[in-house]
Amino acid sequence: MNPIIDVSRLCKIVSLARPPGEAAVKPAPELVILQDIDIAVMAGESVAIVGASGSGKSTLLGLLAGLDLPTTGSVRLDGTDLARLDEDGRAALRARLLGFVFQSFQLLPAFTALENVMLPLELAGVAGAGDLARAMLRRVGLGERLAHYPKYLSGGEQQRVALARAFVMRPKLLMADEPTGNLDAATGASVIELLFELNAELGTTLLLVTHDEALAGRCGRIVRLAAGRIVGEPVAA
Amino acid sequence: MSEIKLALRLLLRDWRAGELRVLALALIVAVASVTSVGFFADRVRQALTRDAHQLLGADLVLIADHPWKPDIADEIGKRGLAFAETAAFISMARYGAAATLTGVKAVSNGYPLRGKLRVSAGLNLPDNDTDVVPLPGVAWIDERLAMALSLRLGDAVEVGKLKLTVGAILTLEPDRSASFFNFAPRLIMHVDDLPDSGLVTTGSRVTYSLLAAGEPEAVSALEKALKPRLGRGESLQSLENARPEIRNTLDRSQQFVGLTALLAVVLAAVAVSLATRRYSARHQDAYAVMRCFGASSGRLLRLATLEFIALGVAASAVGCLIGFAAQFVIAGFVTELIGARLPVPSALPAAQGFLTGLALLLGFALPPLLQLRNVPALRVLRSDIGLPEQATVLAWGTGVSVISCLLVWQSGDLKLGLTVLCGFAGAFLVFGILAHVSLRLLARGNGRGAGANGGSGRSMWRYGLANLQRHARTNTVQIMALALGLTAVLLLTFTRGDLLATWQATVPADAPNRFIVNIQPEQKQPLLDLFKTSGLTPPPVHPMIRGRFTAYNGKPVRVEDFEERDRRMAEREFNLSYMAALPDANEVVAGRWFAANDAAAFSVEEGIAKRLGWKLGDTLTWQVAGREYSAPIGSIRKLNWDSMRVNFFVIASPGLMDAAPTSFITSFHLPEARAAYANAVSQRFTNLTVIDMSAILKQAQSVIGQVVRAVQFVFLFALGAGVLVLYSALLSTQDERQKEAALMRSLGASRAQILSSQRAEFAVLGALAGLLAALGATGIGWAIASQVFHFPYQVNHWVWLAGPLAGLACMALNAWSGARSALNHPPLLALRES
Ligand SMILES: Nc1ncnc2c1ncn2[C@@H]1O[C@H](COP(=O)(O)OP(=O)(O)O)[C@@H](O)[C@H]1O
Ligand SMILES: [Mg+2]
Repeated sequence: MNPIIDVSRLCKIVSLARPPGEAAVKPAPELVILQDIDIAVMAGESVAIVGASGSGKSTLLGLLAGLDLPTTGSVRLDGTDLARLDEDGRAALRARLLGFVFQSFQLLPAFTALENVMLPLELAGVAGAGDLARAMLRRVGLGERLAHYPKYLSGGEQQRVALARAFVMRPKLLMADEPTGNLDAATGASVIELLFELNAELGTTLLLVTHDEALAGRCGRIVRLAAGRIVGEPVAA
Repeated sequence: MSEIKLALRLLLRDWRAGELRVLALALIVAVASVTSVGFFADRVRQALTRDAHQLLGADLVLIADHPWKPDIADEIGKRGLAFAETAAFISMARYGAAATLTGVKAVSNGYPLRGKLRVSAGLNLPDNDTDVVPLPGVAWIDERLAMALSLRLGDAVEVGKLKLTVGAILTLEPDRSASFFNFAPRLIMHVDDLPDSGLVTTGSRVTYSLLAAGEPEAVSALEKALKPRLGRGESLQSLENARPEIRNTLDRSQQFVGLTALLAVVLAAVAVSLATRRYSARHQDAYAVMRCFGASSGRLLRLATLEFIALGVAASAVGCLIGFAAQFVIAGFVTELIGARLPVPSALPAAQGFLTGLALLLGFALPPLLQLRNVPALRVLRSDIGLPEQATVLAWGTGVSVISCLLVWQSGDLKLGLTVLCGFAGAFLVFGILAHVSLRLLARGNGRGAGANGGSGRSMWRYGLANLQRHARTNTVQIMALALGLTAVLLLTFTRGDLLATWQATVPADAPNRFIVNIQPEQKQPLLDLFKTSGLTPPPVHPMIRGRFTAYNGKPVRVEDFEERDRRMAEREFNLSYMAALPDANEVVAGRWFAANDAAAFSVEEGIAKRLGWKLGDTLTWQVAGREYSAPIGSIRKLNWDSMRVNFFVIASPGLMDAAPTSFITSFHLPEARAAYANAVSQRFTNLTVIDMSAILKQAQSVIGQVVRAVQFVFLFALGAGVLVLYSALLSTQDERQKEAALMRSLGASRAQILSSQRAEFAVLGALAGLLAALGATGIGWAIASQVFHFPYQVNHWVWLAGPLAGLACMALNAWSGARSALNHPPLLALRES
């Protein structure tokens, strides 16, 4: 069986703005954010990427999702090399495969909870978006809050809506970037509980970025990132 | 299809969340403004086309300022065309002790050849078409004359030496001309009575018309045959060029009102632009998220474009409806001016409205939207990645070109459109530069004072001032917008009143208010005696000679040598005079006034000399009653037309024209209490015309008032758009300020500290914008006064106080609503929301 995510020898280097006054003849200073990353994730696996703040986790996630392109190395998603696709092709691939949960929720402020969950369905042209979204919101315990705007929901509730929005598409692969980063411990724990429940129910492959070791421990496998490199061997938890 | 449905859904959601209201309102105001004027103009245009025959009263009209030679009338009869003739003039109508200035038309049988007169048997009785004209000895009078002289059917109204029996009340006279004196009451009589009236004397101005109607081919053949035979003071009007005075007046006022409508469009454009910028700034995250969900940037752009176009169509539709309703109001203001029932407007102005709405969107909303396509999807993971710099040049470039096209198109005149455009551009530029420079200066002054130690309040004040410079760009835009909106408000409140007051103040209280014309030489002394016996000071009486300008420096004058607009001036009969002393309110600006032993000479007025190209020393030749009089120009005079005195363009030195047939004219101030004196003059000298200038001024003012009210009404749209600009400008920085306030609070700043820093910033913004607005309103007021109305503008010093105060009030309102929400939010939430 092919891995759903297959990363090989990935590097991400960005050139920094030249400090003011420095001669233009010198090459612009560069920053290596990620170096020699190799990861393979099988369908149905749950993998945690852990590392200190600034270690390159979000950058890696963005590359895996095709939101950005690596400097060198390749990313294959579900067997397709992202570098071979153009912008629209990668978007189409994301539409087919991916669900997202973000640290800062990223709900659309002008949309109600229900409309936020409906949005990906509508973009994909799925029929009966309203009913599917309503059912999913009920599943995450927000059946009573359908018509509420994000600003009237607590952080935990907002993240539940985000979970509903991610899972309603029944994605093969869910990427979550510090989903509890903006929540207090108790709320965070309940959101995580929900995340794993839904993950199990729908058989989704999970890629979870976190700096929380306890949370990482609930995943099948942990990849440690430090200063842009993978440290230690992939360990089974 | 499903894409449109989705776009509509997105639109509905954005609308409900209140994200698009300012944008939609701005579009609605712009479209309503343009269509209200458009619908109205369309109705008038249709009415003119529909009524062209009636307006003319014939298919072809020959007009002259002297009686037509009989062979022309014969020519019309020979060609088998229907024929009628009229003679129109103003005179006094009298009944009992009362007399009033009246427009008289003497008509032959058959008049009018096209359209019908309507008459009734008494005031407020139902009226009917009629196919006949008053018999000799009978007059038909309109309601105003009946009221003014308390006339009833069967009474004998006196005109000149005639006593005519009132036979009917005239309710509709289709070809009534719209010129100045036709706001006077009306009387129609038979042309056969004219010779006995004693009204056609030396110096009286009578317009003689020959009317022809018949088969179109015969009419155009007649037109072709007669055109080359027309002499000086003779003209021809056919259906195509019928009633140029009505067309010109309507065209001019429509242009004026139309440009006022465009002011609303320009302001709305600014509001649209600001609102869309805010919309796109607020939707960056939404777009990044949607791209994560797999929507391609092309598709998002398509969705956004569809969403906005749907909004544009809906807003334009609403705007058209409002415009349609509003045109009834405009038409209501000017009914008296038009005097005809207007047809239902066509759909064309609605199309114009939609075009305007969509053009505004295209020019001002789409460029910022296009930027959204470039939002990096990575933003969802790293919020420090923002939008790439907005392509300001592109955005404003498209917008400005769209507005230019709209302006030129609406004004229907490239030069006028461009002038207005430059005016706006100039105002924007000046406001922008002044705002920017003031901000810089303030920031510099502030930085210099920073060393001095102050309390915490002072330092927050300083922090606020520093913020001014930190947000220099948005603040400049904000000041410009606020200043523009306030300028519109100040113009409407202060400047308008000032202009009226200044104008009224230029006419002195004892200025002459009565003119007497048509005084025959033998009547001059008896009239002056009547003044004396009535206890009034006899006024100066001037000879008035009607002459035609026939040669210039010995060369015959050809009308074709003059530019279009000067032709009528050169062609018509001039009122010439002669006198020994320079009249009051005249000032010689070149040459020398006549001295006792000088050779014969003319003194001419500066303006007409400029228009007709006359210079000092040039020889002018005038033809009066078949004789020619020549002399060089000895002086050029400047005169004050507002003095209400008798003024002459051309004055001859005494002796030169003494032999020419002349009548006399005088003007004098008649106190209201002695108003009956005017009637006594009319009773005693039946051929004299006593013109009550105050009544005519009142008439003119009511006519002008109608147009002004229409313009003011349209100005309301501009005001609405100005308010929207203000509001959207304030909103545009509100998000940023909220975020900053939250950040400062999380860093430990107290409520009071933030408030005082914001207060400082807002106070300066408001005061600056108000000052600029006062400057703008004063500048525009000055330009209108000196360039359009030619009187010195008295600056109203209150605007300098009112402007900044209004600016501060706007900012205070904004600070109150904006800061309150920022401060009452927990800082964490405010930070997260933004
Ligand atoms: N485009 C870029 N330009 C400059 N620095 C970048 C860029 N992208 C990421 N970085 C830097 O790379 C490091 C890793 O960032 P990130 O992936 O967000 O870390 P994490 O999510 O692990 O906290 C940070 O120091 C960040 O500032
Ligand atoms: Mg991160």
